[in-house]
Amino acid sequence: MKTNLRSAVHLSRKWTSILLIISFSAFLLYGCGSEDASNTVVILNYGKYFDPEMLDQFEEETGITVKYEEYESPEEMYAKYKAGSIRYDVACTSDYIIQKLIQEGETLEIDFDNIPEYSNIDQKYIDYCKNFDTDNRYTLPYFFGTVGILYNTTMVDPAETDTWNVLWDEKYSGQIIMENSVRDTYMVAQKLLGASCNTTDLDLLDRSLDLLLEQKPLVQAYLTDETADHMAIGNAALAEVYSGEAAYAESMNENLAFSVPKEGSNMWVDAWFIPKTCRNKKNAELFLNYLCRPDVAMVNFDYVYYATPNKAVFDQLDEELQQDETIFPSDETLNNCEFFKPLDEITTNYYTELWEALKSY
Amino acid sequence: MKGWWRLMRKYGKQLLSGPYLVWMIGFILLPLLLVVYYAFTNSAGSFTTANIISIFHKVHMKALWLSIKIALQCTVICLLLSYPLAMILNKLSLSRQNFIVFLFVLPMWMNSMLRILAWQLLLSNNGIINAILDFLHLPNISILNTPTAVVFGMVYDFLPYMILPIYNSMARIRKDIVEAAQDLGAKNHTIFIKIILPLTLPGVMSGIIMVFVPALTSFVISNLLGGGKVLLIGNIIEADFMQFFNWNLGAGLSLVLMVFVIASMAVMNNYSGETEGTAVW
Amino acid sequence: MVKKSLDKVYLTLIFIFLYLPILVLIVLSFNNSKSRVIWGGFTFNWYRELFSSSMIMDAFWTTILLTMTASLAATLLGTLAAIGIHSMKKNARAIMLGATNIPLLNADIVTGISMMLLFVRFTGLGFHTVLIAHITFNIPYVILNVLPKLNQTSRYTYEAALDLGAKPLYAFFKIVWPEISSGVLSGFLMSVTMSLDDFSITYFTKGAGVNTLSTMIYTEMRKGIMPQMYALSTILFLMAFALLLLMNVKSNRDTKLAERSC
Repeated sequence: MKTNLRSAVHLSRKWTSILLIISFSAFLLYGCGSEDASNTVVILNYGKYFDPEMLDQFEEETGITVKYEEYESPEEMYAKYKAGSIRYDVACTSDYIIQKLIQEGETLEIDFDNIPEYSNIDQKYIDYCKNFDTDNRYTLPYFFGTVGILYNTTMVDPAETDTWNVLWDEKYSGQIIMENSVRDTYMVAQKLLGASCNTTDLDLLDRSLDLLLEQKPLVQAYLTDETADHMAIGNAALAEVYSGEAAYAESMNENLAFSVPKEGSNMWVDAWFIPKTCRNKKNAELFLNYLCRPDVAMVNFDYVYYATPNKAVFDQLDEELQQDETIFPSDETLNNCEFFKPLDEITTNYYTELWEALKSY
Repeated sequence: MKGWWRLMRKYGKQLLSGPYLVWMIGFILLPLLLVVYYAFTNSAGSFTTANIISIFHKVHMKALWLSIKIALQCTVICLLLSYPLAMILNKLSLSRQNFIVFLFVLPMWMNSMLRILAWQLLLSNNGIINAILDFLHLPNISILNTPTAVVFGMVYDFLPYMILPIYNSMARIRKDIVEAAQDLGAKNHTIFIKIILPLTLPGVMSGIIMVFVPALTSFVISNLLGGGKVLLIGNIIEADFMQFFNWNLGAGLSLVLMVFVIASMAVMNNYSGETEGTAVW
Repeated sequence: MVKKSLDKVYLTLIFIFLYLPILVLIVLSFNNSKSRVIWGGFTFNWYRELFSSSMIMDAFWTTILLTMTASLAATLLGTLAAIGIHSMKKNARAIMLGATNIPLLNADIVTGISMMLLFVRFTGLGFHTVLIAHITFNIPYVILNVLPKLNQTSRYTYEAALDLGAKPLYAFFKIVWPEISSGVLSGFLMSVTMSLDDFSITYFTKGAGVNTLSTMIYTEMRKGIMPQMYALSTILFLMAFALLLLMNVKSNRDTKLAERSC
């Protein structure tokens, strides 16, 4: 290495000038292509939750530069937001985190007069939002769904999947994938113990940990967005997934099926809200209006494959898709599901300890 | 006039490091002081040692122990692989040496994330190694999502950092010393133990530090190859900052980790007697 | 003789270990199926998608811009610092060198987090914060490459030039610079290498919408299988290969000349 570099000195003058030219042209290109700093919108969203081409289209149509940040789990979103290191204009996250942020006064009211396309959203789901946003002042629903078991019909008997217990079955050792998200994984244990997923009983939480530790040797991995791809290529037999992820996986591999076990599960609604760090409310509301447009919402639905509350999109779908219970859960299933609620500080901190205890080898 | 020039000459050059001094204070010392501040306070801002003590919690100790274990395994494997390699490389003719060193440096210039991605493909249950083993009717391995996979990934990532210092320190050994020993009748293994080993020790220490510290504090490799099942101390610190919004705890653990690093710095100062400006390469 | 073939076997094994993953990536980049083990036919699709993906191209340009700017700045600051440190008395020099060692030896995660804590307090995160962070951890590499060269130069030559009437700057460029320029260059190259590949520090200090190749790949890897990544690997590998080949060919020619003249 030293001899290489010493003799490269002879090229140094040529190299330095080449490198200088590259860096300056990169700077110029970047500077030219880069934005007018004031006309931007900073968005925070789940990973794999918005079609990138629709973002590009938004930039083209409005001339607003999009700065897009992603995260994996709701807790990560909360930490990212609270860190205050980046000021977001508009964000999408799950119900219980939004509820927590509303309680903490971190949200701004959405001026729905600026969002005419809001009328495309089915009232039924706007009412669901009342669970965490009592007057529908702060949120705009984006996707909803449940949590259930995605399984490969060639490896698992469908009859077994009506209970969460199948994820503890030793014959599937090493073939099980669980969610890498604390509330979702603990919810499974709590349902098996017959408790609410919002319990603050520390004793019950300890028993949930024990149950999950029993399962850990059988678990192949704790994943979030990667699960669908892994199931599609047959890397595992069973996985705890969100309903939309299951639908996406099923579209890639027809041997996959989805079931919401009889013990009950979690129903969630992901919604957009405007945080108080918003610097460009006009742009944020333009963006919200954009994503409610039927054509945009349709492309997003195709990309994300979760249940859309957008009636204009739903009406355009094939009957087969409309009836697909993986994507659009039946009312019966939804009634057996619980919403997550934000928990008090003691319980939240306790969850952190439990989660780390579960993960440590 | 000449007196003034002399004065400038005397102190002027030292002033050249002025900008760096300012930069250092602002961007190295100040941030570290902030870490110390967060480590000793809680979220209300009052003084506490709870964050530092928390290293002794069961979960943190478990993670720390696993990190040390994995880092040691990785360092030892790198050392065992690199030393013979450096010896072989040094025996080659000069032009071939350059070529082969170039070949070994090349993978380093490819993005480390992508190289870890490749290991995911190789080691996964449905991955390429298992496909080959299936083809040969051999039993499958299931290494991915275990600490073993993480060690593999680390060795692959950090091997060049061990090879190069050892290779360089060996290259600096003057051939006439070895030849003199041979002329005096020393056997090969004596030459190795008495001459080569001691002279390459600075390079070895350098390599060990360059591998052990990153391996100990890594969190990326365990995230990508551990499948969420391998929790290292680096993962806990990262999670404290990025998921649990517990900056004080994260800072406390970081401080403890820094103590480890200072300890290794002290060790390195003991062994690298050569020159102060010893570069790693 | 046995020893020699053992040597060759060992070299080959290590070589396979180093290059097998890269080979896998290259082969799969042409695979028409997303599967890792089933060959679905030859295709250039993933390369097409790679170049049309604004996310990947943005990350690529950001990385180049960041690396070049940070390395140039670090080289400038570091060279000046090295000259300054070289002129210092023993104690001051020891302190400065000790402080220089801190970012080198400190774990990436601690450096990244400490800088994040600083930036969150005073400014938000953005491209400028990543740039500052990169410059900060690059400067020590430059210093540690230039300083040995400075130690090797003779101060008497420089002072002789001054006594002969040369202005300090002129003397510097004619006498000191040629001797340290190789150190400066290797410091620069080392900064480039370190910046190109950095993940941890970039991860903690980047702002909204700022992504380097490493952080982009990390996020994408956690979303599932993206064969565009394999195409990206192949291209990066070819670029690194070309670059190192260029540098190596020249030095090989020089070494062969040196060998012949001995």
